[in-house]
Amino acid sequence: MRKRWTYRHTLPVRITHWVNFPCLLILLMSGLQIFNTHPSLYWGKSSYTGKPSILSMSAKQMKGETIGVTRVLGQEFNTTGLFGASKMGGQWQERGFPAWATIPSSQALALGRRWHFLFAWIFVINGVLYVAYSLSSRHFARDLAPTKADLRGIGRSIKDHLVFRHPSGEAAKHYNVLQKLAYLMVIFGLLPLVILMGWALSPWLDSVIPGWVDLFGGRQAARTLHFLAAVALVAFVVIHVFEVISIGFWNNLRSMVAGRYRIKEAANDSR
Amino acid sequence: MTADNNEGRRRFLAGTVGAAGGLLLSGCDYLSWSGAFVRLVEGAQKLSGAAQHLVTSRTSLAQEFTEADLSPFFRSNGTSNPQDPAYQAMAQNGFAEYRLEVTGRVKRRTAFSLAGLRDLPSGTQITRHDCVEGWSAIGKWKGVKLAALLKRVHPLPDARYVVFHCADSIDDAGTRYYESIDMEDAYHPRTILAYGINNQPLPIKNGAPIRVRIERQLGYKMAKYVMRIELVESFAGISGGRGGYWEDEGYEWYAGI
Repeated sequence: MRKRWTYRHTLPVRITHWVNFPCLLILLMSGLQIFNTHPSLYWGKSSYTGKPSILSMSAKQMKGETIGVTRVLGQEFNTTGLFGASKMGGQWQERGFPAWATIPSSQALALGRRWHFLFAWIFVINGVLYVAYSLSSRHFARDLAPTKADLRGIGRSIKDHLVFRHPSGEAAKHYNVLQKLAYLMVIFGLLPLVILMGWALSPWLDSVIPGWVDLFGGRQAARTLHFLAAVALVAFVVIHVFEVISIGFWNNLRSMVAGRYRIKEAANDSR
Repeated sequence: MTADNNEGRRRFLAGTVGAAGGLLLSGCDYLSWSGAFVRLVEGAQKLSGAAQHLVTSRTSLAQEFTEADLSPFFRSNGTSNPQDPAYQAMAQNGFAEYRLEVTGRVKRRTAFSLAGLRDLPSGTQITRHDCVEGWSAIGKWKGVKLAALLKRVHPLPDARYVVFHCADSIDDAGTRYYESIDMEDAYHPRTILAYGINNQPLPIKNGAPIRVRIERQLGYKMAKYVMRIELVESFAGISGGRGGYWEDEGYEWYAGI
């Protein structure tokens, strides 16, 4: 099998990609710290509307044992050790998410907010730079916008993904259609949503156009959407990293660090 | 590439990810307390405040709601019954002896009785209370406009902040709760000293006899059990010097976010 190289990622894409990595991780973990102060989610304008919460985590004592309970839409689940009650330094604590998932690890809302807002700024500025670069360099149009042929081949691409068949030869030089759609949904869907829902939580930004927060169901609905968007981003990152590893960890890593990506010749190319 | 090689890489990878995670957590825990980090964070906070002021006017109004949106009960947080004996004695008597003192950088120091406050121009608003913890509650507040009260006491030109001194203490050391806002928020049309909630006199759990409402900021700015209002040039000399009880504990003075 012959090897070929292609220059896959431009420098601005590589830099902004890696700035995202610590930002997303710290935003997630400091976000869970903030969530832990009031580990319940609601739908509506306020938390106290007469309707129950849609999700809540708490601890209770049963026969001398600490039990972590997660209630989702009225259903109770025993989530001891993970949600509601978990150990920190050998001691059981009532807390939403466990210490290893939060920044700081112990309960400290003021510090969690500091981490969250600092990295929110870095993340948003990085995102704006990425979008500006991608528009001016036509990165979106060239690499991310699906072509007609892409969209026609969407069924085959789904099948390829399900059986872990990876593109080779010419096809490996470009993002495949599911990859393009996933990136576009994250860049133009999930990320704007998570940022906007973060703004919706600010009482001062509420006054920019009074009532705008209700377009999303109200402030507590916005808090829930902010949380769900973060969960969706975690799911994206998990699948993203899984694909990176299964397609070729070092090759992908090299291309995102140095730019060069090794192409395997397709079997029929060399025939 | 051999299978052994792959196995080794996988183990190396798992180890690296685990170690990186541990390092990140302990690193963040350590950094949280370092001076450089705190300064960086304070810079980000200033940026947040400046950006939020850039997109709003001085008198922009927080959303207002209808009676249908009122929370069935208005949650009490922090102190729900101050243990201070002088406060308790006043409460026994329906706050008949209560006097709101206005001191500091004013031309005319004044003490207002509850009846005196009720005689001043009032405002009623149904607004959402957002706690820094994450919950919200909607209540209907009635109270004297702080701007009207300030007009009576004639603030001096060097008055830059309004400090609220309270009857309650949250910690065991007995540190009194206090808060401060700038003059922009003090003169805001919706900034009121509330003496009523949901068409009732303000109950003790929600801050009787007076709690301040600053609708564009988080709940911890809205001090309950206000006993004295002080106009100052700077709050650096008061208590921990950061402008409020929770600010002294590391929360931000600007609570619009």
